[in-house]
Amino acid sequence: MNLHKEETMKKGTLRFERKQTVSLSRKILNPVVFILLGFVFSSIFIIANGFQPIPVFGKMISYSLLNTKGFIGSINAALPLMFCGLSVAIAFKMNLNNIGAEGQFAMGAIVGGAFALYGPSLPAPLSGVVMFFLCALGGGLWALLAAALKAFWKVNETIVTLMLNYIALLFLDYLCYGPWMAPKQTTAMTVKIPENLFLPVINGTSSGLILAILIAVLLHLFLKYTAAGYQISVIKNSIGTAEYAGIPVKKYILIVLALSGALAGIAGFVQVTGIVHRVQAQLPGGSGYTGIVIAYLSQCNPLAIILVSVLFGALQNSSAVVQIMGVPSQIVTMLQGTLMISVIAGEFFNRYRITYCKAERSDYTAEPNDDMQEPKQRNVDNQEPKKGAVQ
Amino acid sequence: MIPFITSICAAAIVYAVSILYAAIGEIFSQRAGIMNLGIEGIMLMGAMTGFVTVYHTENLLFALLATILVGLVLGLAFAFLTVTLQADQTVCGMAFLIFCSGLSGFLGKSVTGIASAVKFQQINIPVLSSIPVIGEIFFRQDFFVYLMYLVIPLSIFYIYKTKAGLMLRALGENPASLDQAGINVFAMRYGYIMFACAMTTISGACISLSYTNFWNEGMTGGKGWIAFSLVAFSRWNPAYAVLGALLFGGISILGMNMQVYLPGIPSQFYGMLPYAATIIALIITTGSFRKKHSEEPAALCQKYDREDR
Repeated sequence: MNLHKEETMKKGTLRFERKQTVSLSRKILNPVVFILLGFVFSSIFIIANGFQPIPVFGKMISYSLLNTKGFIGSINAALPLMFCGLSVAIAFKMNLNNIGAEGQFAMGAIVGGAFALYGPSLPAPLSGVVMFFLCALGGGLWALLAAALKAFWKVNETIVTLMLNYIALLFLDYLCYGPWMAPKQTTAMTVKIPENLFLPVINGTSSGLILAILIAVLLHLFLKYTAAGYQISVIKNSIGTAEYAGIPVKKYILIVLALSGALAGIAGFVQVTGIVHRVQAQLPGGSGYTGIVIAYLSQCNPLAIILVSVLFGALQNSSAVVQIMGVPSQIVTMLQGTLMISVIAGEFFNRYRITYCKAERSDYTAEPNDDMQEPKQRNVDNQEPKKGAVQ
Repeated sequence: MIPFITSICAAAIVYAVSILYAAIGEIFSQRAGIMNLGIEGIMLMGAMTGFVTVYHTENLLFALLATILVGLVLGLAFAFLTVTLQADQTVCGMAFLIFCSGLSGFLGKSVTGIASAVKFQQINIPVLSSIPVIGEIFFRQDFFVYLMYLVIPLSIFYIYKTKAGLMLRALGENPASLDQAGINVFAMRYGYIMFACAMTTISGACISLSYTNFWNEGMTGGKGWIAFSLVAFSRWNPAYAVLGALLFGGISILGMNMQVYLPGIPSQFYGMLPYAATIIALIITTGSFRKKHSEEPAALCQKYDREDR
């Protein structure tokens, strides 16, 4: 089966062997170790720029996680990230790349914002519910564009969702600088939305958090315990198998991408009603892209996404405090990228085992000792299959 | 009217060239089967490196070399992740985007908004630049534009007329068959990824060393994405990429200027055009309703693992 395995190994070469199973503790421990390595790696750049990494990291942690006010700020910063992370994750669950959470976020905010600013005024709980569904609809329909192209014409959804981001963001930009711009304002933002649409605040935290946890739990149950969730995992493993088993793959592509877009749209709902209370240009602010990082780091587990989002929210929240120390706030973005790269690198070691070959031997045999005793004969043996291998 | 048109055309060429380096690099990378979504970030790293070097040394050659070096290092890292460690290319590209845009802002913070003493100046080619209209459009440009006049034919020749180009195309279509023919697929991918990243950083340097002579966080302003979209738009062919770049360049320069003449159409709608055009081009070239084989490299975005062969 593995033709190249018959090649003779040279002394001192490294070999990668695929692992069959990975233990759960390893799965969790591996990213943690590589996240720490990521911090070490980014310290290099911090030192190169003339700062001390340990006080900088210390200040970031103590400000954003270890006191109540900072922690609440971190959770509020994390809210849109949670929904974007969930959005990207559900698409990843079916091997669909939704790079468009950013644009779906914007579209959700636009459709919901249109209702909030210009729609009829309804009684308090009802108007919130209507806006929630309109935001989800805006994001969902925007993603459905890419989904339909993917399902019917097999057009690469990665590029389409990416391009749709820019169209949606430019449209939001147009609205906030143009027809929706609040009078007597110099920045691109609308007037405040009606107060009956504000998400209630509980102990300083927006109740969007409850919504996020609720949706994450529902999503977890959906993926794990329903027939649809099972069929999604079948499609992920092999589209061919799924089609053979009679699973309507096209329908699933449409549903899953639309659901993914709807979740990103809800991020727009939470951001508008829970945090900024208005629609403004650059509202998503990169949350859609950070959502990809979060979904990947949490290995698409909905409950892990909530936790990882809080960490990323804390990271974003701490950008203000490091600026006081004179450190550029861009350190936060750099850290996010570094952490992601180091976890990507680490992921490899979950799947593969590296073996180091001390003496020259053939990898053909099970026991290296045996190999050492009769190297000549082994080499002769190896010649034949090697020739056959080239075909 | 004619001076207005020539100035628009000349500006469109400058714009086109600044995205073409990245787009042609990415064409090579995608032809080799690797999609690098991090272009925007890598361009920013190029712009930052070029500017910081020129600010401290006042030597444009050093700046260019440093830019290329940074591109090669970033390419090496990207290749290590996607080729050796077989990471998902989409996720990896996004990670690079976030990392590079953060790092460029972080390292370039101290020189933000300061002008450098030197930048690439316009060079008038002796005889050619005096031709009316054409001379003004094509031959009163800077170093990057003239270099691009060489890069375009060379890259087309390389991809379609040489043996190495044939191997490159095979690499993106069916790496396993190349591997069986005894060619080192992994080394080839490393090479093309590093080349693509170096080209992308040159694109960035175009912006900070010739377009302007200062550095600002996020100064590429979406040009990296336009370059990326140009690759699909051009059907992975540098010749179409040139046409596309001129078209996109013309549209964006017009968008900037038209506000004066046609205040009715907001500039954001001009901004949307390249992205919408790319989606339409992508549907036309790769949609499965076509009977003809699509030009998209078949192995694009697929990791190559010998054990799966």
